[in-house]
Amino acid sequence: MTPALRRRVFLVAAAVAGALLVWGLTGLPDYGVYAGPYGDVLNQVAVAERKAANVVAAVTFDYRGIDTMGEEFILFAAVLGVAILLRAQRDETEQPPDEDAADRHAPGTSNAVRVVGLALLGPVVLFGIYVVTHGHLSPGGGFQGGVVLATGALLVYLSGEYVTLRRVSPELLTDLAESTGAAGYVAVGLVGVAAGATFLANVLPLGQPGMLLSAGTIPVLNLVVGLEVAGGFVLLLYEFLEQTLVIRRPGEVT
Amino acid sequence: MRHLPYMVAAWLLLIGLYGVVTSRNLVHTITCLSVAQSSTYILLLSVGFERGGTAPIFLDVPVGTKAVDPVVGALTLTDIVVGATVSALLLALAVQADKHHGSLDPERLGKAQDD
Amino acid sequence: MDALPALPVALPLLVAAVLVGLAPVCPRRVADSAALATAAVVTVLCLVLLADSLDGPVVYWFGGWTPREGIALGVAFTVDTVGAAVATLAGVLATAALTFSWRIFEAVRTLHHGLMLVFLAGIVGFCLSGDLFNMFVFYELFSVAAYALAGYRTTDPGSVRGALNFAITNSVGAILVLGGIALLYGRTGALNLAQLGEALAGRPADRLVVVAFLLLMVGFFVKAAVVPFHFWLADAYALAPTVVGVLFAGVVSELGLYAVVRVYWTVFSSPLDRVEGLRGVLLLGAVTTALVGGAMCLLQHHLSRMLAYATVSHVGLTLAGFALLGPAGVGGAVLYLVADGMVKGSLFISVGIVDHHLRDVDERRLAGRGRHLPWLGALMVAGALGLAGVPPFGTFLGKALMEEAALETGHPWLIGLFVAVAALTSAALLRATGRVFLGLGSRARAAGAPRSPDEAALRHPHVHATQALPAVLLLAGALALGLAPRLATEAEDAAGQFTDRPAYAAAVLEGTRDPAPPAGPHLPIQLAAPALWAAVSALGGLGLALAALMPDRLPTRLRAGARAWRPAADLLRGLHTGNLGDSVTWLVVGMAGFGTLLAVVLR
Repeated sequence: MTPALRRRVFLVAAAVAGALLVWGLTGLPDYGVYAGPYGDVLNQVAVAERKAANVVAAVTFDYRGIDTMGEEFILFAAVLGVAILLRAQRDETEQPPDEDAADRHAPGTSNAVRVVGLALLGPVVLFGIYVVTHGHLSPGGGFQGGVVLATGALLVYLSGEYVTLRRVSPELLTDLAESTGAAGYVAVGLVGVAAGATFLANVLPLGQPGMLLSAGTIPVLNLVVGLEVAGGFVLLLYEFLEQTLVIRRPGEVT
Repeated sequence: MRHLPYMVAAWLLLIGLYGVVTSRNLVHTITCLSVAQSSTYILLLSVGFERGGTAPIFLDVPVGTKAVDPVVGALTLTDIVVGATVSALLLALAVQADKHHGSLDPERLGKAQDD
Repeated sequence: MDALPALPVALPLLVAAVLVGLAPVCPRRVADSAALATAAVVTVLCLVLLADSLDGPVVYWFGGWTPREGIALGVAFTVDTVGAAVATLAGVLATAALTFSWRIFEAVRTLHHGLMLVFLAGIVGFCLSGDLFNMFVFYELFSVAAYALAGYRTTDPGSVRGALNFAITNSVGAILVLGGIALLYGRTGALNLAQLGEALAGRPADRLVVVAFLLLMVGFFVKAAVVPFHFWLADAYALAPTVVGVLFAGVVSELGLYAVVRVYWTVFSSPLDRVEGLRGVLLLGAVTTALVGGAMCLLQHHLSRMLAYATVSHVGLTLAGFALLGPAGVGGAVLYLVADGMVKGSLFISVGIVDHHLRDVDERRLAGRGRHLPWLGALMVAGALGLAGVPPFGTFLGKALMEEAALETGHPWLIGLFVAVAALTSAALLRATGRVFLGLGSRARAAGAPRSPDEAALRHPHVHATQALPAVLLLAGALALGLAPRLATEAEDAAGQFTDRPAYAAAVLEGTRDPAPPAGPHLPIQLAAPALWAAVSALGGLGLALAALMPDRLPTRLRAGARAWRPAADLLRGLHTGNLGDSVTWLVVGMAGFGTLLAVVLR
């Protein structure tokens, strides 16, 4: 179809589809009225049963833990996919980043950005660790904290220290972190099986709600997920940056 | 007003799809797909909202206080992760398209292979 | 063992994570063996689950969260015969694919093995799950793995375009599925399939239920490549490497259909009681898909694209069986799905062998070059006959059951559809095989001296057993399904279990496990008439193939008649541009069309 025809066809179809959607959506209960039993039941029982103050975390890592395992592996597969897709082609050669930095004529990072970026690095990493470990007590958890940790790496790049970043956190280590996180989740699930219960059963001691060491396997799963997400996002960062900074086709200059 | 958030979700979906269909740049297409995906976040969270309810975190408030649905929170979290990872994968494909075609225009990615 | 349902998912995921983590130090052979062994183990586990589930669904609650007063708190795997059968098919195809790629696939360290195992885990989880959102999560899991695997040959520009179209169109489908889930959750507050069914039961279908079904149906139909949601498929499936194409063609498309019927029978069968109308809408989709797929298949000269469109058209046939909305149709469709999956897997591997050894997949350029691989030609002819549904292949049995169901529900014309489409797809394959392996119908250079030393080497290609064996064994499997003594009755029993919503709900929510009451005495299935139809298909296919190969021998009138089809063929080809905007536009058109039909028919 020509672009003009396509637009017209789409608009007509979207109008009809939109009308149908609106028609169906009006069948929902009013906004602000939650009728269903699922959430209410969990709000009542989750704290008592799992000693986790954050019910969303209890749902994510305990009641519906298998969903989270699948989601973790979706991230894993996507990072794997990006690594495969962006691998060095056979006719390209890798130029080590420090040589490349010498070649580049781009303006260096300003001192203001560099200083602020590096100064923020410590607090950001600390905050990320805090969010990961306190997921069962306050909003947050493995996914959120893992992303915060990964932004630490991004801060280092923005401060113009990509080469240092690669040396401090080599791909090998990040790879290992990500895989350990992924495998760790399944391992925790299998521990449940080994203990005679079902897969992903919460078999660690539950403690008291509000304590750091409470809610059984939930903080463990938070840690494992945090590891995997942080490792995964840093790897994504590396893959994309490597494409622009490091890999050169024969004959290409910048 | 009773159904406004749901209508917003429907609008986001349609406008995102419009962007995907009429796009001339792959990065723009992928961003429009994210917009379409965000319609599901809005729909899920609105469905679970309880007017006057607080967050389902019972550290400072006693159990039994009216709270919103925790399940949709967990579902949306999963959804966001899925959306972000698919975007990453698509962007990697866009990078490859740029490398091999020299263009990010979906129109220029070539006609279907002649059979 | 109690935790059996969780293992076929947990094991490949664990091995994948370990393989990727050990990537720098893991030698290729070790990774190959680990991946292959895992796929084999998963297949065996699914077979055991299949045996277990013959008496009734096996319900496994993760984390030990059994339901309270009919409210499901956790996520369950509800393994019934149909789900276990499709999961086993996936395992078998994955094992075959990994065997084939043992020697020839250029893996990036061990990343490819990791992706394949994650892909398999996603499919198995999807088939075994009994929770709607959990199904969605596993659906996205195998989809993301599929997007990455499809774009594998990044040096090939077509591969990147196909992967983009694949990923974006399927992602839109997933968005629609999630919309449907949100609607259902908003109404019922439940995510478990059985609980959803109970919540919706007994009440008439109102607009929310209709639109929720529409969204779920359209979203899953995108994966299944039902027309008009199929425009992404040919590029993606054809340009993906063989090892992945085997799984795509063999099981992934059918998963979309599986999802729709699963959701229909567990959630929607009670409120959507205007069965006749719904049947009509689904049959419309089935007929269009089967015919468009068949016609495009015939118009292809690229072997993988031919198989991709054959997949589309057979999805249409399978949907026709499901569309009859009864146990007989479902039983036949599932049996057909499994056997057809194995036949297509075998054909894809054969094409992979051709690609690897003859370095081409265009039948015109390959004319006559397959002369030195006669056994491969014979294998492909057998595959074409399997596609046509010739006895004693399993496809014949499945089709026979579907034809019987069609007669029972008053749609005898469906038999004509089965015959015609089977003839179309097998004709394309037979024509290609004739051209490649017998040199028929081409103005190919005479079988003389080789033009180059390279070609001399290609004259006697050495095909290793690891490549040939999977193709042979898959076809043998399809044959075995057709020859198994009571498979037809087993299929009908399984379908009876699948379509019995109250029993399913009781098994899941209350843990009762009454073996399904015997569905009355099974009449021995009439095979004479279906055999006749199958013969007509096969002969029709052969005739079409020969006509295409040797048009000069045709009487003038037939040739003129064939030429009259050309404008239609050009129009059809013109519609399949592979353009992303087009695919998504057709998706929305399909949603509008199906939506209007459903709204009219179901209220």
